Amino acid sequence: MLNKSRFFRPLFGALLVSASLQASAADQSLLNTSYDIARELFASYNPMFAEHWKEETGHTVEIRQSHAGSSKQALAILQGLPADVVTFNQVTDVQVLHDRGNLVSADWKSQFPNGSSPYYSTTAFLVRQGNPKGIDSWADLVRDDVRIVFPNPKTSGNGRYTYLAALGYAQKTFGDDQAKIDEFMKTFLSHVAVFDTGGRGATTTFVERKIGDVLITFESEVNNIRDQYSDDQYEVVVPKTSILAEFPVAVVERNAERNGTTEVAHEYLNYLYSEPAQRLLAGFNYRVHNETVKAEVADRFPEVDLLTVEDIAGGWPEAMKNIFSSGAKLDQLQRR
Amino acid sequence: MSSSVVNSNDMRRPRHKRVLPGLGLTLGTSVLFISLILLLPLSGLVMQTAEMGWERYWFVITDPQVVASYRLTLVSALWASLFNGVFGLLLAWVLVRYEFPGRRLLDALVDLPFALPTAVAGITLATLYSDEGWYGGWLSGELGIQVAYTPLGVVIAMAFTSIPFVVRTVQPVLEEMAVEEEEAGMTLGASDWTVFRRILLPSLWPALVTGAALSFTRSLGEFGAVIFIAGNMPYVSEVTSLMIFMRLQEFDFAAASAIASVVLGVSLLLLLLINIWQARFLRRFQGR
Repeated sequence: MLNKSRFFRPLFGALLVSASLQASAADQSLLNTSYDIARELFASYNPMFAEHWKEETGHTVEIRQSHAGSSKQALAILQGLPADVVTFNQVTDVQVLHDRGNLVSADWKSQFPNGSSPYYSTTAFLVRQGNPKGIDSWADLVRDDVRIVFPNPKTSGNGRYTYLAALGYAQKTFGDDQAKIDEFMKTFLSHVAVFDTGGRGATTTFVERKIGDVLITFESEVNNIRDQYSDDQYEVVVPKTSILAEFPVAVVERNAERNGTTEVAHEYLNYLYSEPAQRLLAGFNYRVHNETVKAEVADRFPEVDLLTVEDIAGGWPEAMKNIFSSGAKLDQLQRR
Repeated sequence: MSSSVVNSNDMRRPRHKRVLPGLGLTLGTSVLFISLILLLPLSGLVMQTAEMGWERYWFVITDPQVVASYRLTLVSALWASLFNGVFGLLLAWVLVRYEFPGRRLLDALVDLPFALPTAVAGITLATLYSDEGWYGGWLSGELGIQVAYTPLGVVIAMAFTSIPFVVRTVQPVLEEMAVEEEEAGMTLGASDWTVFRRILLPSLWPALVTGAALSFTRSLGEFGAVIFIAGNMPYVSEVTSLMIFMRLQEFDFAAASAIASVVLGVSLLLLLLINIWQARFLRRFQGR
């Protein structure tokens, strides 16, 4: 008996330690898995929500964050990362959680307003001080003297939006002339100076390494960079035609159920539509749906003809299959 | 231990006493651990790959863009390991044969590439070698050589992350080597070059080749350090590990595993060849 307890006591101790590591001061803990460039946004939103939750229910909640490329995050969740909610920048990355792992419900797109996309953005340009190359539209990007930086569409949702936005412009300009559209896209791709794997990498390349004449990324990111470098080093150009970039959110039902966080997870996402949260989102240069907030910030968001992925490629599954998968359009256009 | 210390109690035990308890236990533990941390993931890889037929496997691994990435990866890894072979040997030599202030610090610094997260190494190298960086500004300004975002950048990142392999394999051999052999050679009138070539190199050769080969295989799989400095342009500066990463992004696990199996196969083959060669070499040279 004595021997037994001597053996079990350290074991019990170890269990206790690991249990105490998991438990925290808060009543509940929520893991939000998000895309690469949303760090600052959710770092601001989390305390706001925690306060709201405390007022509503009297409970405290601790929100943990995980950030990486959203496809990588989806992969991690499929492989067992116990995320309660996802806030992505790619509809397909949420859909795959349903298709591959049945982790989110089939009707996730109708669980929250606006197709479960509490905010949206578009693809815009950042150019160097004084816009020396005179870049105003997508057409300027295929000029011989222009070098472009945007993340690789093969590894980045951000990059896929850029590709589709350029394609949307080409379709609008050349109509049904597929050969001309291909030619445009081919030239566009050949002007890329560096293909980083994610949005932040591309920003670093353009801003810190001074490579390229134009950075193409989400309007939100473009404005955040401009705001950070207040001494007018950069200018924002929003092209007349661009793409509607949705930022889908969903509760990872299976994980939330297991973690007992279903309720708080739903409210976490729902509260993103509230007026204070929408104001916060607008502060991070995202376009929002709330009419009051929209009117307040109208001057900061120029009118853009926003094409949808459905308009351009027939939808995300089609875009992935016909354009971005191995051997599809993108690979063909880059073939040498 | 001298025999006088051994008391009668110990004499009754079997003579072949080993430091570690029992062959069965140690071998069992080793096999278990190798299975858990090596064979299990590997069999997972094989199983993922097995999901596709041969035809599809061949199609995936011979995709022109992937083939271009093999070429870049192999050539860059070769240059990186050659560079490391020369400068790693030099570094090991200096560390073993000379006493100078800061030697211990330098010795410790050699391991830094192992300790540093590779992504940090990649970002640091890209910063240094870009046109705005300390080295890059000079290199492109004075010599017109672009390093960052070119294949040359890939070589540099690979060389950086794998140089400890060469230093750490050559170092112990150099330490063991008797200086008397060189001195004997010199007294018999051998030139410095002859001493190096006929006395030093033959003893160092196996360790040097092993170190360079390890450096090579490590470079084949390098991802973190490389992607930040490579530029990742299709057909020009994409490494094979990036191609694997791309397939994973498409949730095409089978294709990712297929490409990974090629890298793994090349590495295994190389390590196997080195081992066989080394055994032969030792037998021939040292009469073992």
